[in-house]
Amino acid sequence: MQRALRLVARRLLGAIPVLAIVVAGTFLLLELAPGDAVDAYIASTGGDATMITALRESWGLNQSAAARFGLFVSRLAHGDLGWSISFSRPVLDVIMERLPRTLLLMGSATALSFALGTLLGIIAGARPGSIRDRILSAGSLALYAMPSFWLGLVLSVVFAVNLRWFPLSGFETIASSKTGISRALDIASHLALPVTALGLVYMALYMRVMRASMAEIWREDFVRALIARGFGHFRIVRHVARNALLPLVTMLGVQAAVMLGGSVVIESVFAVPGLGRLTQEAVAQRDTPLLLGIILVSAVFVIAVNLIVDLLYAWLDPRIGASGETL
Amino acid sequence: MRVISTTRRELLQGAAMVAAAGFAPKLAFAQDAARRLIVAADSEPRNLNPAMIASNGVFFVSSKIVEPLAEASYDGPNGLAPRLAVGWSGSEDGLSATFKLRSGVTWHDGKPFTSADVAFSAMQIWKPLQNLGRIVFKDLESVETPDETTAIFRFSKPTPFQLVRNALPALTSVVPKHIYETGDIAENPANTAPIGTGPFRFGEHKPGEYYKLVRNENYWQKDLPKLDEILYRVLPDRAAAANAIEADEIQLAAFSAVPLADLDRVSKIEGIAVVTTGYEALTYQLIVEINHRRKELADLKVRRAIAHAIDRDYVVRTIFLGHATASTGPVPRNDTQFYTSDVPSYPYDVAKANALLDEAGYRRDTNGRRFSLRLLPAPYFNETKQFGDYLRQALAEIGIDAQLVSNDAAGHQKAVYTDHDFDLAIAPPVFRGDPAISTTILVRSGTPDGVPFSNQGGYVNSELDNLIDRAAVTLDEQARIALYQEFQRRVVDDLPLINVVEWNFITVSRWSVKNVSNNPRWAVSNWADTAIDS
Repeated sequence: MQRALRLVARRLLGAIPVLAIVVAGTFLLLELAPGDAVDAYIASTGGDATMITALRESWGLNQSAAARFGLFVSRLAHGDLGWSISFSRPVLDVIMERLPRTLLLMGSATALSFALGTLLGIIAGARPGSIRDRILSAGSLALYAMPSFWLGLVLSVVFAVNLRWFPLSGFETIASSKTGISRALDIASHLALPVTALGLVYMALYMRVMRASMAEIWREDFVRALIARGFGHFRIVRHVARNALLPLVTMLGVQAAVMLGGSVVIESVFAVPGLGRLTQEAVAQRDTPLLLGIILVSAVFVIAVNLIVDLLYAWLDPRIGASGETL
Repeated sequence: MRVISTTRRELLQGAAMVAAAGFAPKLAFAQDAARRLIVAADSEPRNLNPAMIASNGVFFVSSKIVEPLAEASYDGPNGLAPRLAVGWSGSEDGLSATFKLRSGVTWHDGKPFTSADVAFSAMQIWKPLQNLGRIVFKDLESVETPDETTAIFRFSKPTPFQLVRNALPALTSVVPKHIYETGDIAENPANTAPIGTGPFRFGEHKPGEYYKLVRNENYWQKDLPKLDEILYRVLPDRAAAANAIEADEIQLAAFSAVPLADLDRVSKIEGIAVVTTGYEALTYQLIVEINHRRKELADLKVRRAIAHAIDRDYVVRTIFLGHATASTGPVPRNDTQFYTSDVPSYPYDVAKANALLDEAGYRRDTNGRRFSLRLLPAPYFNETKQFGDYLRQALAEIGIDAQLVSNDAAGHQKAVYTDHDFDLAIAPPVFRGDPAISTTILVRSGTPDGVPFSNQGGYVNSELDNLIDRAAVTLDEQARIALYQEFQRRVVDDLPLINVVEWNFITVSRWSVKNVSNNPRWAVSNWADTAIDS
């Protein structure tokens, strides 16, 4: 327990420079991009020179980059993410409206890919080199080679446009005033296709890692010992699978960041108003405070997931960090 | 105490139920409002006040809520149909224009609509704040309101009534004085939740999801509107719009939200109509903007060579798939008042283009190149980007090496219109029924830096400026038309920019939607008579 606390404390301290680099880097990149929020706005509305000057002044864009960055950091130190230029609302409110949707999409896709990937990986890895293994391996390679947006488009054409089993896009039926269970079911039916599109691609990855890891463990001495002691095939598979599971847990943490990136694309294909779409809008509108807020929240999320994964890892495999030093 | 435990069977049953749930909502679809129209929206304007921002993106939503004095019409006198004004006339000296207003109209909050609202909108918003009104109403001095249904516009300089009339549909959205008179107009909450006199009231906006407009029960036109609700569903992905209309999740996609490449397939589907009318009063033009600060491009021979190098028919066929017309000049062919075909022409002729460049002294080097330049296509439409690819190849044919520079909207705005960091750019300006509204600004000199869709190429031609200024104060309609025909000839002759093609958008709708495209600004008109069969 104390070990875990020490780990948490050390990780949180380590997170501070990471977050600082992320924030400064994002700010710098956005500064380097041509055009600012006023340019983005004027491009869609038109306007003359006096209007442009007035807007720059009222949005605080006439100040130097250093001054704006300083203001952002000092606000941040007070726990304030600032004001979104393009939404005219506090950044935190805008993000919190979208974040749960993305988390639900990502979480469901992760659960799907992890569960299905592990299962298929075990089936394939039970007898490496068998017909079953070869079919599954080839299938997973094909899935992994598919871009998720393309898979998303195919799924929506087949299951939403042609068969009409699922709604085509969105997070829920718009302006429907559904509540409770019926709203939950509505959301589930809307998310079925995007979760599948996002989950299947990553499922292939989990499956391949599980299979490879099992294939390796089959060669270990303890397996030979089990065989020698006359254990049945399925009991041995159980032992092999359990030992092979660890790399997958590590991947879970690494994939959290990749999944967040993947959801940007999927949210656009399925018109899910989540964090991914919000990021696109923030960049297009050159809404620096909003983008910084999104990046910061995402970074915190990824750091938190990895921390949980590490704790889980230590718990799953007592050999790791038994001395208290490797962690 | 009972220990709660879950057996594997219960877990599996639960999982099966969740899976089945995916199909359940299909049954519930029918419960929605009977007369609800769902349309695709590809952007979410942050300011919905059409009196301030006269742009089609804003009008698409707000024109159903806030009405102008008059709307464009296929059969009305001078191409207009009355809305908040029932009659209009200009004085002989061009110093005043009188509007007779509709009586018995109320705002959505129940307050009466009067001439004071028109006076306030004109003096406080159209003239000082509106992107287009600043030009057309620049000499508007005051608006007199002798009674509640009369508004008299007084101009400090003669202002052609023809121009005022042509500006009515797009530039004269009337907003309520009692809502806007206190506080900063730019920060007024009604800019995001508009209050108007139109057939629909603003319902709600869920960012990233939809706008909802609901029926105005007290609309001044009896028995209208015919819809209970309009939902604008935000679909930023273009492929999504085509699929959504096919799956009947939306019933209408305007402004070519369904990509041109999909039209052929979609038009064959039972229940879906492809409508190519209803945009005649908002014709978009594909133009090549030229930076005249560049030595080579300041040479008329080079500009003419570029004009000869563009195969307009090919552009119409391959990029617009036939849904466009080759341009002859700065006024589109479908304009009924000002257009003339009596202008110089630059037929597609690569040999002639090469000869002109040789003549201008830009000979090919050993690699066959004459000079290179930067080409910035506007990112706003697929077609502007595709034309960028085409133009690069067309220029290569005549030995000009064009490097494509692709920016997003903010980057393009800054590079072209503020920093003038371009040699050639591709822009899609709109012709709005009168050259003085948004066309002459494309070539007249003297516009400050940063104004989009204006002459930022450093072109200065005092004779042309003079002609534009004279036309702006010429009261006699025939004389004014003659001046703008001369304007077209001069522009095509000297090529401050190159007009390539002009196009109107396309609406795709389900058969159930009635009265689609029944006026020349239909997508941005009030949709009071639009109906849907359930």
